Parts: sequence; C-alpha cells; structure tokens
Amino acid sequence: MTLQTIAPEETLIQSSQKFNLPRLINRLFYWLTVLLAVGVGVILLWITYSLLSIAFPAIAQFNIGFLFTQVWNPVQELYGALPQIYGTIVSSIIALLFAIPLGVGVAIFLSENFLPSKVLTPIAFLVELLAAIPSVVYGMWGIFVFIPFILPLLQLIHQWFGWIPLFSTSPSTRQMFATAMVLAIMILPTIIAISRDALISVPPQLRQGAYGLGATRWEAITQVLVPAALSGIIGSIMLALGRALGETMAAAMLIGNANRVNISLFAPASTISALIANQFGEASGLQRSSLFYLALILMILTLVVNMLAEFIVSRFQQVE
Amino acid sequence: MSSPNQPDLNPGDFASSEINYSVAQGRKVFGNVMTGLVLFCVALALLPLGSILFMLLTNGLSRLFTDFPSVFTELPPPPLVDGGGFRNAIIGTLVTCFIGALISVPFGVLTAIYTVEFGQGNRLSQFVRFCTNVLSGVPSIIAGLFAYGIVVLAMGTFSAIAGGVALSVLMLPIIIRTTEEGLKSIPREVRQGLVGIGATNFQGVFSVILPAALPFVATGVTLALARAAGETAPLLFTALFNQFDARSLREPTATLSVLIYNYAIAPYKNQNELAWAAALIVVLMILSVSILARTLTSRKVY
Repeated sequence: MTLQTIAPEETLIQSSQKFNLPRLINRLFYWLTVLLAVGVGVILLWITYSLLSIAFPAIAQFNIGFLFTQVWNPVQELYGALPQIYGTIVSSIIALLFAIPLGVGVAIFLSENFLPSKVLTPIAFLVELLAAIPSVVYGMWGIFVFIPFILPLLQLIHQWFGWIPLFSTSPSTRQMFATAMVLAIMILPTIIAISRDALISVPPQLRQGAYGLGATRWEAITQVLVPAALSGIIGSIMLALGRALGETMAAAMLIGNANRVNISLFAPASTISALIANQFGEASGLQRSSLFYLALILMILTLVVNMLAEFIVSRFQQVE
Repeated sequence: MSSPNQPDLNPGDFASSEINYSVAQGRKVFGNVMTGLVLFCVALALLPLGSILFMLLTNGLSRLFTDFPSVFTELPPPPLVDGGGFRNAIIGTLVTCFIGALISVPFGVLTAIYTVEFGQGNRLSQFVRFCTNVLSGVPSIIAGLFAYGIVVLAMGTFSAIAGGVALSVLMLPIIIRTTEEGLKSIPREVRQGLVGIGATNFQGVFSVILPAALPFVATGVTLALARAAGETAPLLFTALFNQFDARSLREPTATLSVLIYNYAIAPYKNQNELAWAAALIVVLMILSVSILARTLTSRKVY
C-alpha cells in the first residue's frame, strides 16, 4: 500500500471549486442578507426621496419662505408653515420641561434601593406600561378626562398670572399647554428607561467612594451618580424630544389646529403632524404637496435630534 | 498599657462605643426632601396610568357587557344610530398587522443575521445599526406618508396593503434589534462547533443558530405587533377607514385605532362609548402580547 492510494483524489482547493449545492445556497443566502442589510439604508433614502418628490411643487413655489409665513389658504393656494413649526417646537419643549424632572426623578428612584426589589419591579413594569398605551388612547383620555380635569387649574393660573403674555388668554378646551402635558406623559417612559439604565451602569466603586468620603445618599446621587450618568440622561432626553416632535395623534386631537402663532400657551395652536393628520384627507394638488413639504421638515427635524441622541448615547456606551 | 498622659484608648473601644456619625441637620433635611420629591415623582408618573386604565375599564367594560356579543359581531354605527360594534375594525387591525409582519419579519431577521453572523462589526453592519436607530426614530405619520407615496398613489386606492407597508416600516427596527440580541446571546462555541462539523453558514444558521434564537425573534415579532396594533397615524391615509367589511386587501379597511380616533372626536355619545370599548380591546391586545413577549425571553436555550 502506498501513500498515494490513501490520499484524497482531489485537494481541498479542487473540491471547493467543484459545483456544490450547499455551498451555492450558502453564497446566495449570504448575498440575500447583504441585500436586505443594504435595504434598511435604502428604505431611509426611499422615504426621504418619496417625501421630496411629492413635496417638490410646493418647494419650488414657496421656497424657504414657507417656513416663515403664517398663511394656510387652500382657496388662494397660499401656504406657510410658521404656526406649525412654532407649535411643534414649543409644545415639545414644554413637554420636556415637565418630563425631565419627573422622568429623572423616577429613574433615580428605580435605580436606588429605596424600596425592596419586590416592590420596585412591579413599579418598573407599570412605568413600561405607560409606553404600551397607544397614542390615540392618550388623545382620547386627554379629551374626556385630562383637559376637563386640568382646565380649572389653568383658569386659576390665568387669573393670577394673566399679566404674563404666556398665560394671557382664557384657557381654551383645545390648547397648547394641556397638549404638551399629555405629550410629557407619553415621553416619560423613554426618559425613565434610558436614564435608569445609565444610572444603573455607573460603576459601583464611584458610589462606594462617595460614601467613603462621608457623603449621604443624596449627596452621592446629585454630586457623583447623576453627573457620571449625565450623557445617558441627556441622550434619553434627546430621544424623548424626537418622539415628542413626531407625535401625531395626541396633538391632532388636543391642540386645536389654529393656523396662527399665538404667544399664549392657553390658546389653540397646531403642530406639523397634527396639520397633516387633519388636512391630508381632503388635500390634493398644491395643498398635498405643501403637507409633504411639512413632513419633510419634520423628518429632517427628528432626524437631526435622533442622530444627536444616537451620538450622545453611543459615547456613553463606550465609556461604559 | 496606656501611659497617664495619653488618651485612654483600647482597640475594643471603637467597636463598643458609638462612633459619632452625626450628619449635619441641613444635609439630613436635604436627603429627606429629595426622597420625598422622588416618591412624589413616581406617584405623579403613575397617576395618569392609573387614570387611563380606570377610565378604560369603567367606560369600556360597561359597553362590552351591555351589548356583549354584538360589539364584536356588528358593523360600526352611523351617527345617531344606537348599538353597533366593530367587527370589521378588529379584522382590519389583524389583517394590517399581519401584512406588516409578513414584510418586516423576513426582512428584519435576515438583516440581523447579516449584521451578527456575517458582518460582525464591519462598516456595513455599523451602517445598518445606524440606519436601524434612525428608522426607529422616524415619526409614525411619516411612515404613513411614505406608504401613501409608494403604494396608495401607485394602486390608486387606499388599502390594507398600504396600511401593512406603513406598519412594516415601524416594525422593522424592533425586529432587527431583538433578533440581533438573540443571535448575540448564542455562545461562540456553537458557531465553532458548526464550522468543525463542516456546516455552511446557511446550514448552521437555519438548523442551529436561528432555532436557538427563536424566543428572541418571537419576542421581537410580538413587540412589533404590539406597537403596530396601537398605531393610528400611519393608517390614516393608507388603510383609511371603512364603514363596512373590506372585501379584499385592495379596499379601504377599518382598523381599531382609526375607529378610536374617528369616534373619539365625533360629537355622538354612542360613537364615543364605542371608541372607549375599542380602546379597551386594543390595550388588552397590546398588554397580552407584551406579557407574552416577556415570558418568551425568559426561556433561553443556551
């Protein structure tokens, strides 16, 4: 017996070059996954392109002035989106003003051991439930429960602080301020979940060090833990801002759709998504094109905010 | 033994005597105030949830009980007509969500397979991760306009298909993320073993890795379905609404969420009640599906 007979009749390289069904399937499968992976990016571009292509007539007609005029006149075919852009940004900022202290407070509570974990886990679950409730249900709750409940309180604020322009009109049943409060509730889970993760992932040595230096629990939290988790907390706030900017149903049902900028927060206002939701059904031609122009602005706005959030959160993950 | 001019200290003294560990009054007060404040925050955050669930149960349950079967079997009532139900909307929600899943699940799972199994942190998989994050931040109404632009305008009619396409855009990032997590949870040794027995990537992924990651994939799908079932904005201009049963996928289709929107802002009491009942059904659907998702991930193969 010679070595020659035991050796394989073909080398590995030769066998790999031969036709082989499993290998062919594997190749095809690989390229299919590559194709779909690239597809995720293509979808993003496609969304932008489809918005852009339908918005084009309005962009050509109104140009950049669209952003700074206060007119929405389907009869004369004149459109400007200043009230909507103003309303979107202002309502989101007010929502953040409510949601940041509340959300960070709850996040601190959930990341500390104030209560035994048997009690904390259900509370954390309940907070997650807030995120599971659909926005249209929040909107309906706002109409039937929240606004009737909060209106007397806003009336008091108007009576006492009516001299401040922000509270200068009598609270209307559809208004910016109450809408922003509902938005705040809706973005709470985003802030809580990510801030809590950030606080929990702070190395325990930092806390031990702070205690060792004689800090009380709250001194450790405010001076060591929160600063250490700050990038995560800011990231959560940016993500929440992105959600508030794009939120449609609650705004469409509660904000009142007024096509003018009103400095008073108690007056009806409008947001980009609310206007689209309310007018798209009857829109055609230049009006529809203008609504797509608005959508494009919203898309860019949320894209910038979300990318910024992404950047901040990813930096915090690297530190971790 | 201690000399007379040294303080009388024994090692045992530290253990027995109380160390003077008093914190200044102001710092104590600060701590207590802050603790009170966070507890207040928690109460304030849970108050709306309690209120919403309470209102859903009182308003929704009463309607569900008073005309029990008819709510599920009848069509939505026109204004000023009593009774009625939302049979077509329940079917419509299930159909649009199913179409959304049909598009997004294979797409999402295969994309996640690329980023974890083939890409492993290369440029393309980083790019995919970035796009996934951006996509999950796209406002839902824009997904609706996108589907309007590519499906409704092309087909010339509002349809369940267009609604499903809009929902799939929102479901995709959720499925990609959870599938990635599942694939990453599988130990490296399993892949080495697969290479060792000469399996191709395709054979390995489909016979071993994907089945092992299945609980995660299922979680992703259920979470995505839970999100899709509650979405209204993307369906407003895609599936639209239908007072009657949709006879095909190429017709305007009623969904629960759009029914809630239409009937909540309507000035008719009967329709408002129906909106509450529909909202209760949607929330129950979402909750049961989310709880299902939780139990799925607690079951791990490796």
